Amino acid sequence: MNLAVAFLLGFLIVCAAAVALTKNLLAAVLIQMGYSTIMSVIWLLLESPDLAITEAAVGAGVTSILFFVALLRIGAIARARKEERKK
Amino acid sequence: MKLSPSLERFINWVEGEDVFPVPEAKPVPRARKAPARRRRKTGAPFFRPGKTLPVVYDMIAVIVCITVILTLLITVSWLPRFGGETNPHLNEVYARYIESGLDEAGAVNTVAGMILDYRAFDTLGESNVLFIAVCSVLILLRADRKEKDGSLNIPELQIPWSAPSEDPVFRASAYILVPATALFGIYVVLNGHLSAGGGFSGGAVIGASMILYVNAFGWEKMDRFFTYNTYKWIMFFSLITYTVLKTWSFYTGANGIESGIPLGNPGAILSSGLILPLNICVGLVVACTMYSFYALFRKGGIGNGK
Repeated sequence: MNLAVAFLLGFLIVCAAAVALTKNLLAAVLIQMGYSTIMSVIWLLLESPDLAITEAAVGAGVTSILFFVALLRIGAIARARKEERKK
Repeated sequence: MKLSPSLERFINWVEGEDVFPVPEAKPVPRARKAPARRRRKTGAPFFRPGKTLPVVYDMIAVIVCITVILTLLITVSWLPRFGGETNPHLNEVYARYIESGLDEAGAVNTVAGMILDYRAFDTLGESNVLFIAVCSVLILLRADRKEKDGSLNIPELQIPWSAPSEDPVFRASAYILVPATALFGIYVVLNGHLSAGGGFSGGAVIGASMILYVNAFGWEKMDRFFTYNTYKWIMFFSLITYTVLKTWSFYTGANGIESGIPLGNPGAILSSGLILPLNICVGLVVACTMYSFYALFRKGGIGNGK
């Protein structure tokens, strides 16, 4: 357990606490995306490249996008002002 | 053919029409006022929810949290060290995978050989779980109404971004990223038995590239090559191919017959028996799953309806 892995794991702990304690839902999803990215790097340092690719594609990719679409459907993301000016 | 009334009612219920009449609401009689609760004879007040201070709830929540965290941390500290020599998973199963994995499965990537050769039945179950998950999401989220002539109408939801994106930066970067990502995903799927990756990761990457395409270029362009029928038949044929191929392998293996599947040279693309076709099947299933989740969340339907 060298310094780099310890630093990344500490970052994970901070991310996890931040996701639970933040009030803004969009910020929580973005922090979750960062968590998945760092987790993908840690998988690489634990010598599992298959898991690293899957975690990057699924965690920091598709699941976060699905979270964003869910937030869009409940109206927790402010719509782009360009669209509103058009109407 | 005249159907029996109960069968007709069952068919109507399956198709989503109301068959059970809603009963008339009866007037509820006014409830009498309940008598006041008396305290227990010992004199100590019992726990009355709604009348206890919120501080008590917070304290109990913090104590439960700390207990769970400490329990998990202590349990994790009992786990063996990463890569230690006396770890309990270093038994004869592990030795067999390492020593004979290359000869028996023919795959340079031992992990792919394990999940698609030694334990291929578990992977079939996993693909099945993906399929069931998509079915559940379809049932819950698909927004369709029947038109007068019986065809389905999937309405565009009132979301202003259903059209192709007008952001020039996004479109320009999507022009470059979509083919690159799709190509990378196909590479990861096809090289599952040679290097890291395999069906699941490659399928997720291909699915992500499809989501990027539909975001940048709109649903009409996506509908040119990926409709609901395409999706349905890809899922069906991938799972059926996986099942048929693995059934042959299980049958010959269980009865001691030579299976006749060539293992090839380890290190070549066309090697390791059935792992390459199975990786392709799993990759297609996962890609369709990822895209269909996005389409169902965003629009309520895969493809443009009908």
